[in-house]
Amino acid sequence: MDTTKNIKFNVQSLNLFYGDFQALKDISFTIYENEITALIGPSGCGKSTFLKTLNRMNDLEPNVTLHGSIQLDSQDINKDMDAIELRKRVSMVFQQPNPFPKSVYENVAYGPRINGIRKKAQLDEIVEHSLRQAAIWEEVKDRLHKSALGLSGGQQQRLCIARTLALEPEVILMDEPTSALDPISTMKIEDLASELKKNYTIVIVTHNMQQASRISDRTAFFLLGNLVEYDTTIKLFSQPSDKKTEEYITGRFG
Amino acid sequence: MASQKINTLSSSKNSTFQKIKNEYFWRTIIIACGLFIILLTLGIGFFLVVKGTGTFIRMHHTVWEFLFSSDWSPFDSTTESGGGVGAAIYIFGSISTCTLALLFVTPFSLASAVLMTEITPNAGVKLFQPAIEIFVGIPSVVYGWIGLTVLVPFIKQLFHPKMGGYSVLAASIVLAVMIFPTITTVSADAIRSVSSEYRKAAYGMGSTRWQVLYKVVIPAAAPGILTGVILGLARAFGEALAVAMVIGKTRAFPADILSPTNNLTAAIASDMGNSANGGEQNLALWTMALLLFIISVFFIFLIHIISGKEKKKHA
Repeated sequence: MDTTKNIKFNVQSLNLFYGDFQALKDISFTIYENEITALIGPSGCGKSTFLKTLNRMNDLEPNVTLHGSIQLDSQDINKDMDAIELRKRVSMVFQQPNPFPKSVYENVAYGPRINGIRKKAQLDEIVEHSLRQAAIWEEVKDRLHKSALGLSGGQQQRLCIARTLALEPEVILMDEPTSALDPISTMKIEDLASELKKNYTIVIVTHNMQQASRISDRTAFFLLGNLVEYDTTIKLFSQPSDKKTEEYITGRFG
Repeated sequence: MASQKINTLSSSKNSTFQKIKNEYFWRTIIIACGLFIILLTLGIGFFLVVKGTGTFIRMHHTVWEFLFSSDWSPFDSTTESGGGVGAAIYIFGSISTCTLALLFVTPFSLASAVLMTEITPNAGVKLFQPAIEIFVGIPSVVYGWIGLTVLVPFIKQLFHPKMGGYSVLAASIVLAVMIFPTITTVSADAIRSVSSEYRKAAYGMGSTRWQVLYKVVIPAAAPGILTGVILGLARAFGEALAVAMVIGKTRAFPADILSPTNNLTAAIASDMGNSANGGEQNLALWTMALLLFIISVFFIFLIHIISGKEKKKHA
């Protein structure tokens, strides 16, 4: 497709089973650097499952078997990499905002701390920088040392993004990050994602097709464990080549 | 269908009686039972206060003397008074054995709680949980007896203390074993109830299992763990029989942890039956009982403060 972009993830014939149930069927595609890739599809289509394989969160679930290869910068993430190291490079933001029951500061400092950064000045700098990047610094700068659980849902989600940014990952995986939020918070997260793609690669699962069309560069449409169509977002939403994609994006099912 | 109709008919006939029976009868009984328990607790508290303050009001001893003097020589008669009622040795005995017991058991309890919830959750539910519940059901005299026949001779052989194996150490170890299930089960519940969202978040950022546990799960469970520790401590303070069997019941401050001493509960248990009702010694023992009551009320108060704070934080 586009030769000027670097390939971040290269997925080849990925099959995933929960016990006997096949949740992903022969998925192959590439995710490009500094882009937002949206994964859409009806509930249970495998989009979240696929997202989890990108940083091996599926390792934590029992009875999962996986065949095929996923390469991050030409390295096989299941064979050549340690899951812990992988997750520091490819970090995840979840559907439910889930800040730790600690202060705002401690939430953001968590990542640097587990990476062994101890100096107060350095931590202060990372915390401020991450919160600014996540566009929440102005709202929390006066309450850095109060519990993060006192923030609104939208603020909590941006805090979770800041917490992820503090790790300086290469890729941010977002699993329906706005489905629990109000429209204004959703807009803020979308603006944030568009801003962050300058420095990061973002893969976002969403069941909101407007959201996918608004913010993503490329979109992958999943159905019943199959990757039905993958193309630039403009192409996929204006001239889908598969009939099922067309039916889904025009709201005929899902 | 038919029987339902008959039911509706008969209930409408006796509706007033039915209503009284259904609505008020059981409700009254339940309220009465509830109130009775509350009154009983208040009654015991009131009784202890009345009896326990006799030392200060009727015998004119000072609170200071009771708490900090080690001169224990009360008269055991209803007519004479003027002896010493210093309970400092007993108080120190209780505090030192309970503190040591906590120091011994907390690491083990915490480790067991983590093992049964995070590391082997399946075996935790099937194996550890029942095993620990059995622990709770063992009568304290059995613990005391095992302490007496196994632990005391063992300490004697190992350290050759001058006074034999009866010691603060023996009492602390017996107490530690006795409060182990309390602290472990409450801590395990606290760890289990930590939201899995926190774990997901921590793993999703590349934490190791140890980091998830140490930096996220245990801090989030800390108030619950602390509640378990306080409950254990309260149980340790109240335990009489098992401690009495191994502490040596010697009225002296222990020189070290291998020396015998005595504590509040053992002293009350061994002297209460023989003391003349209303005499100086009898009243001093009541004061010690009141002190134990105050300590346990304080612990319960503490637990409420901790859980109240926790609720506020999550609201």
